[in-house]
Amino acid sequence: MPYAIELRDISKRFGAVQANKDICLQVPAGTIHGIIGENGAGKSTLMSIIYGFYEADTGHIEVDGKRVDIRSSQDAINAGIGMVHQHFMLVENFSVLENVILGAEGGAVLKNGIGAARVELQRLAHEYSLDIDVDAIVEELPVGLQQRVEILKALYRGARILILDEPTGVLTPQEADHLFRILKALKEQGVTVLLITHKLREIMASTDNVSVMRQGEMVAHRETVNTSKEDLAELMVGKKVRLTVDKDEAQPSDVLLSAKNLSQFDSQGVKRLKDVSLELRAGEILGIAGVSGNGQSELLSVLSGITPMDEGEIHFAGQVINAKAPKNAAQMRDLKMAHVPEDRHKMGLVTGFEAYEAAVLGYHNSPVYNGKILMNRKAMLDECNDRMAAWDVRPPNPHLKTANFSGGNQQKIVIAREVEQNPEVLLIGQPTRGVDIGAIENIHEQIVKLRDSGKAILLVSVELDEIMALSDRIIVMFDGAVVGELDAKDANERTLGLMMANAFNEEEGVSA
Amino acid sequence: MSQAKVPAWVNVALIPVLNILLAFLVSGLVILAIGENPIEAAGYLIYGAFGYDEGMGYTLYYATNLIFTGLAVSVAFKGGLFNIGGEGQAYIGGLGVGLICLSLDHTMPFYVIAPLAVIGAAVFGAAWGYIPAYLQARRGSHIVITTIMFNFIASSLMVYLIVNWLKQDGRMAPNSRTFEENAWLPYLHEVFSPLGIEIGDSPLNLSFIWALLCCVFVWGLVWHTRWGYQLRTLGTNPTAARYAGIDTAKVTIWAMLISGGLAGFVGLNEIMGVNHNLLLNFTAGYGFAGIAVALMGRNNPIGIILAAILFGALYQGGAELAFEIPTITPEIVVVIQGLVILFSGALEHMFKDRIEGFFIRRAVA
Repeated sequence: MPYAIELRDISKRFGAVQANKDICLQVPAGTIHGIIGENGAGKSTLMSIIYGFYEADTGHIEVDGKRVDIRSSQDAINAGIGMVHQHFMLVENFSVLENVILGAEGGAVLKNGIGAARVELQRLAHEYSLDIDVDAIVEELPVGLQQRVEILKALYRGARILILDEPTGVLTPQEADHLFRILKALKEQGVTVLLITHKLREIMASTDNVSVMRQGEMVAHRETVNTSKEDLAELMVGKKVRLTVDKDEAQPSDVLLSAKNLSQFDSQGVKRLKDVSLELRAGEILGIAGVSGNGQSELLSVLSGITPMDEGEIHFAGQVINAKAPKNAAQMRDLKMAHVPEDRHKMGLVTGFEAYEAAVLGYHNSPVYNGKILMNRKAMLDECNDRMAAWDVRPPNPHLKTANFSGGNQQKIVIAREVEQNPEVLLIGQPTRGVDIGAIENIHEQIVKLRDSGKAILLVSVELDEIMALSDRIIVMFDGAVVGELDAKDANERTLGLMMANAFNEEEGVSA
Repeated sequence: MSQAKVPAWVNVALIPVLNILLAFLVSGLVILAIGENPIEAAGYLIYGAFGYDEGMGYTLYYATNLIFTGLAVSVAFKGGLFNIGGEGQAYIGGLGVGLICLSLDHTMPFYVIAPLAVIGAAVFGAAWGYIPAYLQARRGSHIVITTIMFNFIASSLMVYLIVNWLKQDGRMAPNSRTFEENAWLPYLHEVFSPLGIEIGDSPLNLSFIWALLCCVFVWGLVWHTRWGYQLRTLGTNPTAARYAGIDTAKVTIWAMLISGGLAGFVGLNEIMGVNHNLLLNFTAGYGFAGIAVALMGRNNPIGIILAAILFGALYQGGAELAFEIPTITPEIVVVIQGLVILFSGALEHMFKDRIEGFFIRRAVA
C-alpha cells in the first residue's frame, strides 16, 4: 500500500541557513503522525513546503504514491492536503459558513454556493462528529470551536491529509483532549493527520508514529508505543535532558508586594482585569496559570507599571500605588521591581539594537551607564561582556544585533538584565517560550536560585508543566479574574485544567 | 542558527551606488527618447555641478538647505515620526531669522545678531513643530496629517504677515526691506579670500559650516546620549519603550522640537545668507526634498551629507543642463530627480536581497 504522503530528500536553504536537509518522511494512510522538534529545528519550514508556501530546493513529494508538484497552496489543496495554522486564518466577523466557503465560493453569486455548502457541511459535521452551528459568527465562538472551523474548512476542500501546526497552544488541556478525540475520529474515517508540536505529552497521547527533527534534519522515526518522553526529548536536543526542576521546600517570609482588587479596562471599555488580589512573599514563587488571554498579560502590565490600573491598589516597598497615584515602569524599577516580559520581541528587547544596548533597556538612565552628557559606551560594553560570560550567552558578542541571537540567548540577555539588578520582586512571563530545551533547564535553575536568595517571584506561564514544576503556590486566572488558588503540592493537570476552564466548581461541586 | 555577515560596504556604498546608476540609466533612456544625447547631457550635468568653483559653490549652497531638512526628517524618523512638515517649519524658522535681523540690524553688530538669529530660527521652527507634536503625543492626532496641514497654515500665515505687516510701504513687491549688511551671513568666498584662498563667487555662506556642525550634533545626540537611546527605542519598538518606562509623549515632543528647529535653519541660509530680506516661498520645496535626502542617507548624518550633495548637484547641474540643451526643459530635470528618488528611495530594496544573498553565499562557500 502506498504512503498517504512521502517526502523524498527535501532540502531548503535560506541564505546561509540550511532550514531542511535531505528530509525523508513516510506517513502511512489513516495514521496520526507526530513531528516534534525544538524551535528552529525546521518543522514549520517543512510544513510550508508541503503546503506550497515555499518550494524545496531539491527533493520531491509523493501523495498516494504519485509524484506531485506543489508550487502554491492551491496545488496542495488539489492534492488533498489541508492545513490548520497555529494562528487561525479566519475572518472574525464572518459566519462559520462564510468562512468555510471563502476561496471556494462556487461562482460570482453566493446563493447557490452557500446552499450547497450548508448541505455539505452538515454531512461533514455528521460524518466526523464535528458539530457546530454553521451560522454562528466566528469571533463569538470559543477558540476550541474556531479551530474546528479551520478543520472543517480543510475537509470541505477535500483534504485527506490534514496538517496541524502547534494546534494546542491556545487550548485548555480539556479542549486539547477533545481535539485529539476529533483527530482519532478523522483517522477512523481514513484521514491522515500530521501533527506538529513541541509538547511531548501530546505526541505520547495521540500519535501512532513520531518523527523527530533537529537542526534541519530528520534524526529519528519511532513508533509511539515504543518510545518515551525522555527518549524523545533526548533525540530533540541531542543530549540527555532533565524534565523536572530540583528545588527545596519554599521558605516564604514577609509579604513584599500585595495587590488589592486590581481592575483594568482596555481602550474599548472592556474590563480585562477583574478585582485581582494577591500577595507575593519573599522566598516564594507564585505561579499564575491560565489559558493565554485570560488577563495574565494585563496583570503583569499593571503590576509592572506599564499600564495604570483603573481600580484597586498595590502596596509595594512602602508605597501605595493606585489610580490616583500611579507609578510608571521606570518608577517601579527604581523601587526594585524587575520584569521579564512575556514577549521579548515585542517588549523585552529592541531587536534592531546591538546586544549591549538592549542589555540596558529600562536601566539606561542609571549613572552606571552614563557620563555627564554622553552615555558611557565602555561601561555598557564591559558589563555586557561580563554578563555574556556569566550567563553563557552565545555568541558572546555584544555588538551582534539582538535579532540575530537565538530565542534562548535573547531570553538570557533579558533575564540577566533584570536579575542582575538585584530586584526584590521579579515578574516573569513565559520564561521559556521559544527557548530550546537545553536552555530551559538553566533558566529554571536561575529562577529557583533567585527565590532561594529571598526574593519574591511572580511567574506567568501557559505551560502547565512549567507552572507545576516551578511554583510554590498557584493562582488560576479565567476571564480576567482569579478563580482559584492552591498549594503547588495539591495541583495536578486535571484540577488546574478544570479551573482554567472555570469548570471546577460545576463539575466537582467543591469551592476552589 | 548561523548568521553569515554581509560586508558593511555592500549596504553602505554598493547598493546606493547601484540604485543611482540605475536611475541615471533610466534617465538616459528618457533623454534618448526626446532625441538628445544622454552622454552629452550627463557631461553638462556633472560639469555644471562640480566642474568649476561657482558651480560647486551653488551645489553646496543647495546642499546646505537639504542637510538641514534631511537632518530634521531623520531625527523625527529615528523616533518613529514621519515629519512631513519640514517645509512649514523651515518657512517659520525663516520668519524668526527675519524678525531678528529686521529689529536689530540698525543697532547691533554681526556677532550679536548671528547667534540670536540662530536661536530665532531654532525657536520658531521648533514652535511650528511643537503643535503637531503636542497633538500627536497628547491627543492622538496623526502627525503626518497635522504636519501637512501646518505647511499650508505656515504658507498662509507668511503671506498675511509679509503683505500686511512686513512689506515696505509704497512698494508692490511682497518682501521686507533689505537688511543692513551687518545682518548678512558672510559668503564663504569672502571668508576665504583674506586667507589667500580664492574660490569663485557663489551664494555659499557660513550656514554651510553650521549645517556640518549640526550633523555632528545630531550624530552625538542620537547615538551617544540617553535621550537618543530613548528616541531610538521609541522609534523601533514603542511597546518596549513603555516597558522601559520611557515617557513616550515627552520624547515625541522633544523629537519634533529638535526636528523643527533643524528645519528652521533653512532660514539662516536663505534669509540671512542669500536673500537678505524676508520674502515669500524661499523654502522652494526643500522641506519635502529633505524626506528624500533622509531616506537616501539612511537617516545617518554622513549619509545625509552625501545625499544632500547629490541632490544639490542635481539642482545645480540640472539648471545648467536645461540652459545648455534647451530641449531638456527644467521639467525633464525634475523627472531625473524623481527617478533618483524612486530608485534610491522607493525601490531601495529591489536589489538588496539578491546582492546580500550573493555575498552570503560567497561567505559560506
